[in-house]
Amino acid sequence: MTTLTTVDVLFGAVGLITAASAVLAVTTHHLVHAALWLVVTLGTLAGCYLILGAELVALVQLLVYVGAVVVLVLFALMLTRAPMGRSPEHSSGFIQRIAAALVGAGTTALLAAVLLPALGGDIRPTRAGDTKGIATQLFGSWVWPFELLSLLLLVALIAALAVSRMPTTSLPSTTEAVAETPANSAGGESR
Amino acid sequence: MLEVVLRSLGVLAAFLVLPLVVGQTEHKVMAHMQGRLGPMYAGGFHGWAQLVADGVKFVQKEDITPRAADRWVFKLAPAVALVPYLVALAVIPLSATVVAADVGAGVLFVLAASAVGILGLLMAGWSSANKYALLGGMRAAAQLLSYELPLVLSVASVALAAGTVSLTGIADAWHPLWLVWQLPGALVFLIAAVAELQRPPFDMPVADSEIVMGPFTEYTGLRFAFFLLSEYAGIVVMSLLFAVLFLGGWRGPFSGVLGPVWTLLKGALISVLIIWLRVSWPRLREDQLQRLAWLVLVPLALAQLALTAGWVVLSSP
Repeated sequence: MTTLTTVDVLFGAVGLITAASAVLAVTTHHLVHAALWLVVTLGTLAGCYLILGAELVALVQLLVYVGAVVVLVLFALMLTRAPMGRSPEHSSGFIQRIAAALVGAGTTALLAAVLLPALGGDIRPTRAGDTKGIATQLFGSWVWPFELLSLLLLVALIAALAVSRMPTTSLPSTTEAVAETPANSAGGESR
Repeated sequence: MLEVVLRSLGVLAAFLVLPLVVGQTEHKVMAHMQGRLGPMYAGGFHGWAQLVADGVKFVQKEDITPRAADRWVFKLAPAVALVPYLVALAVIPLSATVVAADVGAGVLFVLAASAVGILGLLMAGWSSANKYALLGGMRAAAQLLSYELPLVLSVASVALAAGTVSLTGIADAWHPLWLVWQLPGALVFLIAAVAELQRPPFDMPVADSEIVMGPFTEYTGLRFAFFLLSEYAGIVVMSLLFAVLFLGGWRGPFSGVLGPVWTLLKGALISVLIIWLRVSWPRLREDQLQRLAWLVLVPLALAQLALTAGWVVLSSP
């Protein structure tokens, strides 16, 4: 029983940091700070997975989201302007803020209403969170969703390649910078 | 509890000593390759205490934060760059028993930790409010995005061959034949690791003749020293990882007793190789860097992965 309460406390604390940094990520007026708060959110989310016993998911979360996705976000920010200090021109209006808060709260309530009764309120770390357990589930019962997702990613990849290869004469000059990202430069050498 | 404290202290000691050893080796090896002496006075014998003296010098310097800089991000960046390597070092086994924390997915842990360390560089580059720092940060981001992929792919090949992602498991499954059929993967890993550490010839992000010192331009004193230390710590982590993944770690004569020595020796060999690369080759241009990653390393790593997968499928009963 004592170990369960430790897990409860840990999960609560890390979850709280996740939620707080997520709120900060969307409310901060500093553009780059938003990306950095996103790092904290994604990192602590990995912590949540770790506490729940899903070691592999936590590490992959860290490797893919913190190591690649956020680096890409920061790179894109640096390519454009990377403003220091507040950037009020990117702030959304009052009504949009209220609407976003309402939608966010509504989604949270909906998810809580569906998931809490379905799964129960207590926190139970999984025992099959190691590499072998995840692999068995992923390539066993979840193999079709897994394959469909990889197909979706492939479609996105091909679409990105197609967009980057479009003739650039008709496009506004800002897309030039986007086309120079490293992911595209392998195929974009012809320019 | 006592054991945990002792293990943590052991990792901390290794973290404090090994990067300095690599740093001093770099001073001396580079000097002798270039036909000069290197540091000879500090500490007496062949200047062994040069880096300690450097450390004392860095501590005495004023810690300056530029007025236009983003204070918190600027001050936090060196810690973000340095601490992940300390954490990564904790899971690298020196032998089957000498390991601070035997994590199940050890390889992924090291890769994930070093990926977090990269953020420190980007934070430094952006928060300095300096165009050279920003340029350096951008180059760093582009480089790290490109070289992360071949690095992970080559590690995936080894994990596939061993049938596990545990570092101790991989070293246990290692066979001398791996030196032959995992060689392309090993080369890809070494090149990608050097690029990931932004060591010459992949030091475009800190190219001192073009952009002063890249992301570190505005840093002084101890914070600058932390960045230098994180580079050496990165060499230690990547060299030991290479030794464990591709060279069999603690395999060798009398491995029961001398296991950790073998791992350290193999790691030291790779460290010297990384230093050697710095002395031998000129800096790659940015487009050459990207070309090498996407047109050479990624296809090579994918081919290695296919070869390993085919081998594993055919050889399994």
